[in-house]
Amino acid sequence: MPGKLKAKIVAGRHLPVMDRASDLTDAFVEVKFGNTTFKTDVCPKSLNPQWNSEWFKFEVDDEDLQDEPLQITVLDHDTYSANDAIGKVYIDIDPLLYSEAASVISGWFPIYDTIHGIRGEINVIVKVELFNDLNRFRQSSCGVKFFCTTCIPQCYRATLVHGFVEELVVNEDPEYQWIDRIRTPRASNEARQRLISLMSGELQRKIGLKVLEMGGNAVVGYLQCFDLEGESGLVVRAIGTACTLDKLSSGSAPNTNTHMHPNTAPASNACNSPSKDGKESPLAHGCRSTHNSPVHSVCSSQRLSQNFSVSVPTLIFTGMGSGGSAGKEAGPLRTLLRQQTQTALEQREFPFFTLTSFPPGFLLHVGGVVSARSVKLLDRIHNPALGNTRSYKLLDWNSVTADEPETRDAWWEEIRQEIKSHARALGCHAVVGYSESTSICEEVCILSASGTAAILNPRYMREGCLDIGCTDHRFEEPSPPNCGFCHIPYDELNMPFPAQLTYCYHCRRQKVPDVLFTTIDLPSEAAVAGKGCLIQARLCRLKKKAQGEANATAISNLLPFMEYELHTQLMNKLKLRSMNALFGLHIQISVGENMLLGLASATGVYLTALPAPGGIQIAGKTPGDLSSEHISSIQKRINDTIAVNKELYQINPPELAEEGVGSPIPEPRHRSRLFRSHSESSDELSELDLSHGKKDAFVLEIDDTDAVEDIHSLLIDAPPPTGFYSCNTENMPGISNWTSGVQMFTSVRVLRLSNANLTNQGLNKIFTDLCENLLKSFYFKLRSMIPCCLCHLNFTVAVPEEELIQVTVTAVAMTYDKEQTQEKTAEKPVNKGSLEAEEQLQFPLELCADSSSSNIQTASKISDTVSLFTPAAKLCQNQLLIVRSAGVGESTNISPRAASVDYGSFADRCSTWLELLRLKAHTIRRGSVKTSRRTQSLAHSVSSLERCSPLQEGRSRSLRSSRSFGGSSVTVVKMTPLSFLSGTRIIKYLGIINMFFIRETTSLREEGGVSGFLHSFIAEVFAMVRAHVAALGGNAVVSYSMKECVFMENPNKNQAQCLINVSGDAVICISETDQESSASTANTGQTGGGGTDGAT
Amino acid sequence: MSVELDVFVGNTTIMDEEVYQLWLDGHTVNDAVKVRMEGGVMDECEASKDVLLSDTMDQYRTFQMCERLLHSPAKLANQLLFQIPPHRQIMLIERCSRDALIQLTHLFQRSHNSLFLYLFVKPPPLCYVSSHGNLFFVSLSLFRYYAFDDTFVREVLGKKLSKGTKKDLDDISAKTNVTLKSCRRQFDNFKRVFKVVEELKGPLVENIRQHFLLSDKLARDYAAIVFFANNRFETGKRKLQYLSFQDFAFCAGQLISNWTVGAVDNMVEDMDVDLDKEFLQELKELKILITDKDLLDQHKSLVCTALRGKTKVFIEMENNFKNLSRGLINIAAKLTNTKDVRDFFIDLVEKFIEPCRSDRWTAADMKLYLTHYTNSAHILDTFKHQVVWDRYMGVVKSCIFKMYHD
Repeated sequence: MPGKLKAKIVAGRHLPVMDRASDLTDAFVEVKFGNTTFKTDVCPKSLNPQWNSEWFKFEVDDEDLQDEPLQITVLDHDTYSANDAIGKVYIDIDPLLYSEAASVISGWFPIYDTIHGIRGEINVIVKVELFNDLNRFRQSSCGVKFFCTTCIPQCYRATLVHGFVEELVVNEDPEYQWIDRIRTPRASNEARQRLISLMSGELQRKIGLKVLEMGGNAVVGYLQCFDLEGESGLVVRAIGTACTLDKLSSGSAPNTNTHMHPNTAPASNACNSPSKDGKESPLAHGCRSTHNSPVHSVCSSQRLSQNFSVSVPTLIFTGMGSGGSAGKEAGPLRTLLRQQTQTALEQREFPFFTLTSFPPGFLLHVGGVVSARSVKLLDRIHNPALGNTRSYKLLDWNSVTADEPETRDAWWEEIRQEIKSHARALGCHAVVGYSESTSICEEVCILSASGTAAILNPRYMREGCLDIGCTDHRFEEPSPPNCGFCHIPYDELNMPFPAQLTYCYHCRRQKVPDVLFTTIDLPSEAAVAGKGCLIQARLCRLKKKAQGEANATAISNLLPFMEYELHTQLMNKLKLRSMNALFGLHIQISVGENMLLGLASATGVYLTALPAPGGIQIAGKTPGDLSSEHISSIQKRINDTIAVNKELYQINPPELAEEGVGSPIPEPRHRSRLFRSHSESSDELSELDLSHGKKDAFVLEIDDTDAVEDIHSLLIDAPPPTGFYSCNTENMPGISNWTSGVQMFTSVRVLRLSNANLTNQGLNKIFTDLCENLLKSFYFKLRSMIPCCLCHLNFTVAVPEEELIQVTVTAVAMTYDKEQTQEKTAEKPVNKGSLEAEEQLQFPLELCADSSSSNIQTASKISDTVSLFTPAAKLCQNQLLIVRSAGVGESTNISPRAASVDYGSFADRCSTWLELLRLKAHTIRRGSVKTSRRTQSLAHSVSSLERCSPLQEGRSRSLRSSRSFGGSSVTVVKMTPLSFLSGTRIIKYLGIINMFFIRETTSLREEGGVSGFLHSFIAEVFAMVRAHVAALGGNAVVSYSMKECVFMENPNKNQAQCLINVSGDAVICISETDQESSASTANTGQTGGGGTDGAT
Repeated sequence: MSVELDVFVGNTTIMDEEVYQLWLDGHTVNDAVKVRMEGGVMDECEASKDVLLSDTMDQYRTFQMCERLLHSPAKLANQLLFQIPPHRQIMLIERCSRDALIQLTHLFQRSHNSLFLYLFVKPPPLCYVSSHGNLFFVSLSLFRYYAFDDTFVREVLGKKLSKGTKKDLDDISAKTNVTLKSCRRQFDNFKRVFKVVEELKGPLVENIRQHFLLSDKLARDYAAIVFFANNRFETGKRKLQYLSFQDFAFCAGQLISNWTVGAVDNMVEDMDVDLDKEFLQELKELKILITDKDLLDQHKSLVCTALRGKTKVFIEMENNFKNLSRGLINIAAKLTNTKDVRDFFIDLVEKFIEPCRSDRWTAADMKLYLTHYTNSAHILDTFKHQVVWDRYMGVVKSCIFKMYHD
C-alpha cells in the first residue's frame, strides 16, 4: 500500500443551466480513482457552487497511481430521474510522483463534456503521499522523469545516455465494440478517453521500468503515438531515450548545452583554430568525413504482413547494400573510436536516440538520413473473443490475447533492424533524431521510421565515466567543433553510394560531402552562413482503389518512386536557395483510398564547411529539342531566383569570395545527371572526385512536358514576405537574438477535391498550393509580430476520406531583434525597447521618478520612464513599431456611427478610460463594504430560503461571486513546440502533459459548421492544457506537440467527430532579465500566481 | 475543389480591431473582406483575397465564440477559453496621449502600490489592469460591443423591449441605415441589460457599470434606455422628432436622480426604475397654484415684476403666463396616471415648449422665465408645498432647458 492520494473539491463556477425551470443547477461531484468513488454534497440552485468538501482519500498501489487518472465527474442532481452529467475532468497525477516535480495540483479545471465541450470550471486540490517501496520486483516505476523535449532539458545535465527504450500496448477500440451499438456516443467517447488515459499510464510505467533496469532516471525525447487501427484495435506505442540526469543547482550558470544560442558569427570563429585543446572543444575528436546524397541514403523497404505470401523485394537505392562492415578498414584512429563506441553500443539491440540536439561533444560525425518503411495488412479480427467479455476487457487489458502486442512489436523490430543495418552501411554505429510513425487507411498500414546515422562520442555511453568535463586524450588530431560533424564517417574508397567528396572547407583535412541531409537540429556549434529557411517537397500520387493484398502491393510499388521524387524536389529546392544542408528532415507519406500523399519538410541551411552548391542548369534532351529561347528564359528565371534567394537569406560565405566562384551560373563541364537519370551518375563518379572545390551544376533536362511542369513548380514556392523567416527545427539558423513575443498556433485545413478526373500533376499543384496558401495565411495573420520567425513548422498530412486532403500545422511565431545581431546582453533589449517606446510616445523621462521603488527593481538600471513599463517594454518593442505605422489608419477605422461612446480621439478615449479606472478603483474600495453587506443579506436569505425567490437569490449570489472570483486572476500559460521559451529560463520541469480528447457533435450546423466545430474544439484543448499546467504551478508548456488530430464528418447527418492528442512538458520559467533578482521568489513560485506576482 | 474546413487557433487569441468593428456593424464576411481590401490591408504581407477571406472567417468565428462571454462580461475576467494577453498588459490602440498616460500611471500608483501598467499593442482589444490581485477588466472591445448607434436607439427609445418590437427591427434598420444584424445586437444588449438590472437592488447606473463593466457614460446611457423602456415614455410622436437620444438621456438622468424612489431611499428594489408614487400623489397638491385665483395672480405679478425690462418678449410672457403655468401644473397633477406619465415629454412640448417657441423666446428667455417662475412660488405666503414644488420644478426646468432647441 505504498501511496495515499488525496483530493478536495473546492468550488465550481460558470456551470451550465441544467434546470430550465429555475435557470439554475443542483450540482454535485463524484471523485473516482480506480474502483473507489466518493461524492460531495449537492449544492442546490447555484451556477457557482461552493462545495468545500472534505479530503477524499484513496489508498492505492503506486502501480495504480501511475496508470490511473483521477476522474472527476460533475453532475446535476435530479430527484425523480437519473442525474445528468455536466462533464468530466481527468487529472493525470503522474507529475506528483517525482520528488522534484510538482507537490500539489491545485486550480481551476475546465469541465469537459465530449458532446458539449467545456461547461464551466471546477476548483480541485490533489496531493499524493508516497511511501518508499524498496521491493526489487516492483511493477511501478515512480520517480522516473519523462520529458517530451528532444534535447537534454535545461537545468539538467546528462551524465549518462543509456539509449533507446520502446514499448507498446494494445487493446480493443471501445468504438468498435458491440456495446457501442447500444450505448450513447457520450459513453463511447468517455470509454475511449479513459482507456487511452489508462493505456498511456501503463505504457509510461512500463517504459519507466525499462529505464530503471538500465540504471537511468529519466526518459528524454519521449514520443508517444496512437494507432487507431479500427476494428483491429488500438495501439499505444512510445519510444524515448533513457538517460541519467543530474539537476543543476539553481544558482549555477546556464548549463553547457547551449543549444538555444547557435553561433551567429560563424565565419569569424569558424576555422581559425583547427587544433584546439580538447578540453575546450570536446567535439574535437576524429575528423572523418561523410557524404550523403540524400537520394541514396534513404532506403525504402516494403514488406507485407506475415499472412501475406507475395514477397516484395526490399528496394534499396544505390550502394546501400554494401553491408554493415563498410567502414571497418578505416584508419587506426577511427578503428579505435569505433571499437570503443561499438562495445558500448552494440550491447544494445538498437543504438537509437530520439534526441535531436545534443550536448557539445556528443555528436562526432553525421552520415546521413536513414529511413525504412514497411506496408502491413492489419488483420481484421485478431481476437476470437466476442460477446459480453468484451466490455470487461476494456478495463483489464491483461486479458487481451497476448500475441497482439507481439505482432506489432515484431513489425517494429523488423523496421528498426533495417534502420540499424542502413546506419552500419553508412559506417555509423548509432542513429540519432530517430522517430517512428504510421499511416493507416482501412486495413493497410504504412510503418515508417527514420533517423540520422551518426558516430557518437563514446564517453557518454560508458558506465562509470560520469564527468562531462573529463577529456579523452586518446584522440589526437582534433578538428574544429564547427565542422567535425560534417566529416564523412565512412570510408571514401568504399563509399556506400556515389558521392562527391571534397576536403572540408574549414579544416581542409577531412572529406565532406557536397550536401548533407539530417533529421536532427543544427548543432549549436556548427558554422553557417546566412539564415536558414523551410524547404518542403510535396507530392501526390493517385492509386487505384483496391482491397487487401492487392492494395498493399500497389502501395509498396508506389513508395520508392515517391521517395525518389520527394528527394529530387528537396535537392532542387535546396540548390535553388543556394544552400547545402538540410536539418530536421521529416518525410511523411500518408495513405488514402485512392491516393498517396508525400510531404517532406526540412530546414535548409548553408554550412560553411561544405562546398558551395552549384547552380541548376537546364538542358534540352537533344539540342534544339525545345526552342533554345524557351530554355534560356527558364534558365534565366532560375538564376535570378538563386540570386534573389542568396540575398534574401544573406548567404555570403567568405570562401566564395576567396575562390571567386560566386557566380551562380555553373560550369557546364561537370554534369552529374543525378536527378533525371540516376544510373548515369555512377558512371561519372570517378570524374567527380577530381572536381573538388568546384561547383557542379545540376542539370535538369527538359525532355517532356512533365519536366517543364516540375521546373515551374520549383519556382512556385514564394519566399516569405519581408520580416518573416521560417524553419521546422528548434533553432533558426542565423537567428538567436529572440525577443519575448511568442505565439503558438495550430491550423487545420481540409480540401475537398471535387474533380474526379485528376491527374498526378493536377493533384500535385493542388497540394502544393494548399501548403503554400497555408503559409501565406500564417504570414498575414502574424504580421503584427514582424520581424519574426515561424519555428518548428510541423506539417501533418492525412487523407481522411476519399476526396479530402487534410493538412494540420502546429508552429510557433517568435519575434526577434532585427538590429541586434551580436550576441545579446541582458540589458540591451530592455533599454532599446524603452528608447523606442519613448521616441514614439514622447514620454518624459521623469515619469518614473514618481514610481515607487518597489515597483521596479530594474528601474535603477534604466533610468528613463518606460522602465515603469519595463518588463513589458522588452516585450512590446516590436509591437510598438507597429503602432506607429498603424496608428493613423486605426483612427480612421473607428466607426463614426458608434457615437454614443465617443471614440473621436484617443485622448478622449483615454480619459473615458481614466474615469472608468478611477471609478473602478473607487468601487473596489467601497466594494468590500458592499460585499459584506451583501453577504449578510445572503446569509439572511439563506436562512429563510423558502421565502426567497430563487431567481433573486441566484442573481445576488452570482453578482457577489463574480466579484470575488474576479480577484483570482487567470495564470497566463505560454506554449511552444520548442524546448525553450525565448527571453526566459526554465527553472523547473513539472512533468509531462499528455492529453487525449474526443469531441463529437450531432448539431454541426448549429455549432458553425465544421470550421466552427473544430475551431472551438482546438481552443478548448488549449484551454485545458493551460489549466492543467497552471494547476501544477507552471506557467509554460515547452516541446508542445499535437500528435493526432483526426477529424471525421458527416454533414448529411449533421454530425462530426474529432480526436486530438497533445503532449508537452509543463515548466516554470522565469524571465532572463529578472532571474537574478527573483531567484528567491522563484522558489516560492509554486503557485502560478505567485510566480508572476513574484516577478513584479 | 473547395476548402472544406479552415481554422487557425492561436494560444494567444488574436483579434483584429478593424474586423471586430466590421463584425459589430453587422457586415457579412464577404462585405468585410471587401472593406478590408479597400483599406489596403492586402499590401501588407503580400496577402491575396483568399488569405483575407480565411482570416476574416477566423476572426468572425472567434468573435462569435467570444460573444457568449460578452453577454456576461464579469465572466470574461476569469474565463479560461481564450488566453488574452497577460493581465498586466494594457493595450493602447492608438497613439497615446502623453498626459492621459501619465495620469493613468499616477492614478494607479497612488491607489495600488504594486501595480504595473504595461503597454501592449494591437491587436488584442481586451485590457486588464491588475492591482493587489484584484483584476479589473477594462475592455475597449466591451465598450464597442455594448456601444450603440444613437439613431437606432432613438427609434426604440421608450418602446417595450419585446418580441414585437424586435420584429419591427428590419423597418428601423432600413430607416436608420444600420445593418439588421447590428440592430439586433444592440436591441439584445438593451434587453439583456434590462433583464439583469430589473431585479437588482441598488443604484441603476452603478449596477449596470458593475455587471457589464461599462464606462460611466455608457452605463448612464443604458440606464436611460432601461428607464425609458420601463416607463414606456412616448418619444416617437412627430413633435418629438427633433429631440436626440442624448436629449432624452439627459432628461432620464434627471428623472432617475430626482423623481424615483431611489432618490429618497437607496436600498429598494427597482428604486431607480420606477417613479416615486408618493411624490406623484403629492404633485396633485400643486394644483392650488392654478385653481386658487389669488395665488395665480400673485404668482404672475411676482414673476412679471422680476422679468420686466430684462427680456424682449416680456409682453408675450405676461400674456401667456396663466396658460403656461396651467400647462406645467396640469402635467404635474396628472402624473399619477401611467398613461400621462408616458405622455410626459409630449405634454412638455405641447403645453410649454411650443407656445414659447411660437412667441420666439430665446433659450436665455426661457431660462430667465423658469428661474423666476420657480423662485417666485417660494415667496407666496399661502403656498405650503415648497419641497414638492422644488423637486418637480428642478427636473422640469432642466428638462425644458435641454429640450428647448430647434
